[in-house]
Amino acid sequence: MNPIKTFHKGGVHPEENKFSADQPIQDFPMPKQIIVPLGQCLGAPAECIVNKGDRVLTGQLIGTAKGFISANVHSPATGTVAKVDVVMDHTGYYKPAVFIDREDQDEWIEGYIDTDELITDIKLDGKAIIDKVKECGIVGMGGATFPTHVKMMIPEGKKAEYVIINAAECEPYLTCDYRLLLEKTQEFLMGVKIVMKGVGSDKGIIGIETNKMPAIELLEKTIHEHPDLYKGIEVQPLKTKYPQGGEKQIIKAITGREVPSGKLPIETGCVVVNVASTYAIYEAVQKNKPLIERIVTVTGKSVKKPSNFRCRFGVPADLLIEAAGGLPEDITDVINGGPMMGKSVSVTSFPTMKGTSGILLMTLREAQDRRQTNCIRCGRCAKACPMGLQPFLLHKVAKQNDFDETEKNHIMDCIECGSCEFTCPANIPLLDYIRYGKAKTGAIIRARSQK
Amino acid sequence: MANYTISGSPHVHSTENTQKIMCRVFLALVPALLVAIYYFGWYALRLTIVTVAACMLTEWLIQKFILKGPLTINDGSAAVTGLLLAFNVPANLPIWMAIVGSIVAIGIGKMPYGGLGKNPFNPALVGRVFMLVSFPTAMTTWPKANPIFEKGFFADAVTGPTPLGILKEAGVGSLAQAGDMQFLDMVLGNRGGAFGEVCAIALVIGAIYLIIRKVIDWQTPLSILLTVFVFTGICYLIDPTHYIAPWYHLVYGGLLLGAFFMATDMVTTPMTVKGKILFGFGVGVITVVIRLWGAYPEGVSFAILIMNAFTPLINKAFKPQVFGVVKPSKK
Amino acid sequence: MSNTLLISLIVLGVLGAVLSVILYFVAQKFKVEENPLIDEAEACLPGANCGGCGFAGCRALAEACVKQAAEKGNIDGLACPGTDMNKVAAVLGLTAAAFEPKIAVVRCNGSCKNSPAKVHYEGADICAFASTLYAGKGGCSKGCMGLGDCVKKCNFGALHIDKETGLPVVDPDKCVGCGVCARTCPRGIIEIRPRGKKDRRVYVCCSNTDKGALVVKNCSVGCIGCQKCLKECPFEAIEMRGNLAYIDPNKCKACGKCADVCPRGSIHTINFPPKKPKVEQPTEAPKVELEKPVTA
Repeated sequence: MNPIKTFHKGGVHPEENKFSADQPIQDFPMPKQIIVPLGQCLGAPAECIVNKGDRVLTGQLIGTAKGFISANVHSPATGTVAKVDVVMDHTGYYKPAVFIDREDQDEWIEGYIDTDELITDIKLDGKAIIDKVKECGIVGMGGATFPTHVKMMIPEGKKAEYVIINAAECEPYLTCDYRLLLEKTQEFLMGVKIVMKGVGSDKGIIGIETNKMPAIELLEKTIHEHPDLYKGIEVQPLKTKYPQGGEKQIIKAITGREVPSGKLPIETGCVVVNVASTYAIYEAVQKNKPLIERIVTVTGKSVKKPSNFRCRFGVPADLLIEAAGGLPEDITDVINGGPMMGKSVSVTSFPTMKGTSGILLMTLREAQDRRQTNCIRCGRCAKACPMGLQPFLLHKVAKQNDFDETEKNHIMDCIECGSCEFTCPANIPLLDYIRYGKAKTGAIIRARSQK
Repeated sequence: MANYTISGSPHVHSTENTQKIMCRVFLALVPALLVAIYYFGWYALRLTIVTVAACMLTEWLIQKFILKGPLTINDGSAAVTGLLLAFNVPANLPIWMAIVGSIVAIGIGKMPYGGLGKNPFNPALVGRVFMLVSFPTAMTTWPKANPIFEKGFFADAVTGPTPLGILKEAGVGSLAQAGDMQFLDMVLGNRGGAFGEVCAIALVIGAIYLIIRKVIDWQTPLSILLTVFVFTGICYLIDPTHYIAPWYHLVYGGLLLGAFFMATDMVTTPMTVKGKILFGFGVGVITVVIRLWGAYPEGVSFAILIMNAFTPLINKAFKPQVFGVVKPSKK
Repeated sequence: MSNTLLISLIVLGVLGAVLSVILYFVAQKFKVEENPLIDEAEACLPGANCGGCGFAGCRALAEACVKQAAEKGNIDGLACPGTDMNKVAAVLGLTAAAFEPKIAVVRCNGSCKNSPAKVHYEGADICAFASTLYAGKGGCSKGCMGLGDCVKKCNFGALHIDKETGLPVVDPDKCVGCGVCARTCPRGIIEIRPRGKKDRRVYVCCSNTDKGALVVKNCSVGCIGCQKCLKECPFEAIEMRGNLAYIDPNKCKACGKCADVCPRGSIHTINFPPKKPKVEQPTEAPKVELEKPVTA
């Protein structure tokens, strides 16, 4: 095993609470009707290309990407389009979606290779791989849902030295990436090879936190057994520390390079891809399977059966909760994603999407005491900030709507990891104000650059 | 439909809170308090109870009747201020003076700025310095250490000089003659002085606890102590007949109390490590200057208050290094 | 003793005299020539620097007025929303265009009662931020968040959040119609409308452009876009914006007929005399609520 690496600036260590780590992935049965939102990625929602009454096959394109940062949407099931309407997403806002009445039997699109065997021969070349990734609508499945093909397109004059696979899974509670690594090891490693070929790099490094030792050992063993097949792939254990899986943090930890402020990771010669996305790339390139399903962790302290489900998109989240033993009585907080960066849920009937890495049911607030006091200027937020910012200051100036000052103090470098708010003894909603300030400052900067 | 909570991420928080931090500081001061009760008996206990109660009451009254805002008296910060204030005065101080000091500490040093977290100066020191300039005699008449097992709990206080006082008035030679001013006594606390500052060991125990619980950083106290040690050491090397050895300076007077418990107050001191070191250096230099050449025998309170005033500037000058931002190269 | 006194007196006196002479010359050298009319014009303005006129502040508007008066001989197009510009015009020896007083109206009635809370919010008290997290307490994605961004921005103290309804209330005596609140509201609920004749005005107290079925789910008084008011209006003052009726204040004659037919009670009439109890007519539509908030 390689020596353990980590990033050094800031960071916190929340309770890990990975209850579902030993639960194998279960296939989730589909309901009669599924609701596929058209905006499943960061950026513009896809444009619907089906009409009411159309029959769609599993994997058929139903929404085309609109704009540079956007991704295609495919039908996760075979059936008829009941309507194209709006549906409440997890925030309670109405978003456009396609409602599909499902048939019992999956009928796949042409070209889909239905096999569980490992396909080791990569037929496509670099350009074709990226096109395939784009066509199949693959996005970053860690939660940010940034279209992966945009990441893989290396700008002129730059070179991708390393492909870094982000398997840190530093969010507490979530185990979907970990289970995938254990159960689909070979496919995942092939995925890494494909990404490496796609971006033209001969080094792939898988960064995993040391709280997932079985996965580290299994990956190392597999690479060791097939030295020729997985040439150039390395496993890099990382210290268990949040936010180890932040893109900039994982690059810093593994290569020692810092992504310059306001620049993209490619500046350091790195392309960072999530585990689930890597697996999806394998399926897309080798099996011609678009992104229509993912692993969703349903977990929580009082959940009866914390589970990992392989779930097609468009399945309402309350069905998943039902399957994990039902909604416990004492739930006050439902979260789409992990506890550190996930989003609060207004309605549990929201459909699962590409970014739904987990559904977390929280009972009492884990910090029992949420009374807010004055800032006592302890400076812990600044110590915890992995970006070297001063959250207490940003909070203050954002509250005063002083957006010159927020910009000067690098608010745009905030990665919104929440370490500051996690550690604040005065329970100040620091990140709320910083997000507000960041949105406003960003708008001002954009307006200025357009002039 | 269930009534879910909507909030921005993160949805988990550490279990730390302001109250816990204040409790830890209070706890860390308990060993020194016990030693003080051992040496000064009833006087020390009485004084502590009075200042703590007076500080808390003042804060409560101001919040209730003047600010009419939320009552945050149970965050414990007023109690800590009261305790520190008591630690900084002679044990036999008249009660009414202690009450006046408490009212000044909270009513002038803290609440007018907006309460906890907003005061620029350490409230306990504001109270102490106010008393020092208002009641100079009472504030510099130090009771002699008087172990309760020898004289009893309620024994009358016998006043006597403090080591630094002797030093100021009679010079180095006289200190050696005063037989009970030995280094060991200094460390154990068997000497005159403000009752919280006498026992070095108890203070160090409390400080180590705070450092382990990560309430305070080790940089500030270390920086202060090192500065004082080096500065007085140089003086000692130049002229040992005029200046005493640096190790005496470390245990004399309120240096340890100030370095560990006052100069590490989160509210009034810098936030970054570099800032803390600079702050400590400033406190050290000013302390030594006052001790060696100033009118007062002791200068820690003044030094910390003066450096408190520089804190916003230091905070502005020493910001943490932002990730991915390269320092502008010097041309 | 007296010597010391004398010396200090002389020294300080001389110092003062010398410095005052220096100050005098400095003031002369750096003197800025300004039209005294600007000060006079500024005095007519509210001095809140709200930015409602489009200038950086009241003084900037006063300067612009003086400049335009000198160049063109009028102050057309320059107006403080909160002041009768005739006053400024009088200072400059001109007459201004007719002044129409305006007021902010909150186009949402999704109070705690009408749109009961389904979730509860914990976090920063900023509407602009909270609206990125969720649609709203009652579930309406176009309704008021109730966290008071408008209240914080109002320079005239004319807004406050009613504790009972959770909605902002405009104080008609204090509001000058500057429009800061309307620009602040992340959902564009607040609109600046003319106060109307006799201070009477009629408006649709809802901002939701969603389909009726979605509105009904979350709110008992939201506009469902049934268009009854549109058909009723004798002056063609009502138009549909999406699924939301909008009353054009310039065409509206404040007859109040639309409010009578609205099945949802979404149309509010302000400062109308209380209705005489009508003869009960069997109508299919639910009875219109007559108790309207007096303030907007």
